[in-house]
Amino acid sequence: MFVLTCPYCREKREEEEFSYAGEAFIARPLAPEALDDAAWGDYLFMRKNPKGWHWEMWAHATGCRKYFVVKRHTANHAIEGAWTLPEARKLFDAEGGAA
Amino acid sequence: MKKDYSVWSLFKKGLGHNEGWDPAWRSPEPKPSYKVIIIGAGGHGLATAYYLAKEHGVRGIAVIEKGYLGGGNTARNTTIVRSNYLWDESAMLYEHALKLWEGLTQDINYNVMFSQRGVFNLGHNLQDMRDIARRVNANNLNGIDALVLDGAEVKRRIPLIDASKSTRFPILGASFQPRAGVARHDAVAWGFARAASKYGVDIIENCEVTGMDISGGRIKGIQTVRGYIAADQVGCVAAGHSSVMAKMAGIRLPIESHPLQAFVSESLKPCLDTVVMSNAVHGYISQSDKGELVIGAGIDHYNSYSQRGSPHVIEHTAAAIIELFPMFSRVRMNRQWGGIVDTTPDACPIISKTKIKGLYFNCGWGTGGFKATPGSGNVFAHTIAHDEPHPLNRAFNLDRFSTGHLIDEHGAAGVAH
Repeated sequence: MFVLTCPYCREKREEEEFSYAGEAFIARPLAPEALDDAAWGDYLFMRKNPKGWHWEMWAHATGCRKYFVVKRHTANHAIEGAWTLPEARKLFDAEGGAA
Repeated sequence: MKKDYSVWSLFKKGLGHNEGWDPAWRSPEPKPSYKVIIIGAGGHGLATAYYLAKEHGVRGIAVIEKGYLGGGNTARNTTIVRSNYLWDESAMLYEHALKLWEGLTQDINYNVMFSQRGVFNLGHNLQDMRDIARRVNANNLNGIDALVLDGAEVKRRIPLIDASKSTRFPILGASFQPRAGVARHDAVAWGFARAASKYGVDIIENCEVTGMDISGGRIKGIQTVRGYIAADQVGCVAAGHSSVMAKMAGIRLPIESHPLQAFVSESLKPCLDTVVMSNAVHGYISQSDKGELVIGAGIDHYNSYSQRGSPHVIEHTAAAIIELFPMFSRVRMNRQWGGIVDTTPDACPIISKTKIKGLYFNCGWGTGGFKATPGSGNVFAHTIAHDEPHPLNRAFNLDRFSTGHLIDEHGAAGVAH
């Protein structure tokens, strides 16, 4: 069980209020028709699924219903923080975009 | 080396107060090189090693395990075995496994306590019943036993179930596979380990893989905490940790690891002689030979490797079981645990060669791998021995995620998806 902080509501709430929305920052290719099948399959299906720090999206499903980003450790469930998408993007890029 | 178990050997050792038993498998030190290394000594990995040695005559096999033998998902599942899948590809694969289950105890000379007590998949609304009819028809066309039962027949066969009309999800009927059932999960790991060990397979426990040696697009060996081990071929059967293995090899997999929780109750007198699953109410239950109720449900939705999930999922599962069986509301639970399942987008496994020569992956079984244990090992052994997929796992290649030939089994994959 996690306690997440919604960066929009600025409220600490239990995990049940939120719904998980998967790996963050999977960019939709700008020209999908230019991709081959392998690259399109990679975008659609392939995931990092790291054992360690994971940048992921959550939606505040029973609150403000907005999506935000959480950095969470998948082996021990430690949570480093929760940010809006643009804020998190900056931190993510500063890390080199690695999970 | 070791003699087969038999009634006579049990009797004889019994006279000696059961003190003369040998260990069931050898635990040797790793050799510097092997022909084939299987990563992961769970049911699937051990079965792969066994069939490689037995059916393909391969010698020089090692099974490398991070923890102890059968300590991962093999020991953490709810032991249900069935083959009533919708699509031809998966139905054939799981039916192949079910046929192997039927002769497994004799084949590996180890009692896996396979009990064909049948599995009910309940339908709670008209659409459920239409889906059940479709799936049962598909099963029958594939030569798999399955029948549609109405609500009254379900109540007759499972007297404890709440079949009243006043429930939130009334039971309209069920699909029933008589040949399905349960098996003793630990015995499957131990039995395959013993049978493989007899063929000279080295089972090396407490030996975590830390890296893969790949050069020129070919696997050369693996780095482990107990040193470097060279190998011609490496088969990776690491379940929840498949993505970690794939990352070492520079491969991306369409897999997400999730906790799947289950729990068992205190022992009760026999009261449930079959397996009951419900997708809509969202739970499944059977009673073990010890008398414990074995209960499971869906995954925790976030990615995790922690082997524990969130309490609200347990609450949800318990609520589902009480909806079906109100009299279990006062049964006390003994143990609860979580395992890490490797889920794919189409709820079907990946049994495949990779872009790296000599490296093979068998993963993505998600929430339903136990039922496939012998079949999975059997076809994966063929894939490794011939460097070519078995006809039954050709459709389960990794490249289906770029060709788009996904096998959508979310319906038949059951509750946990």
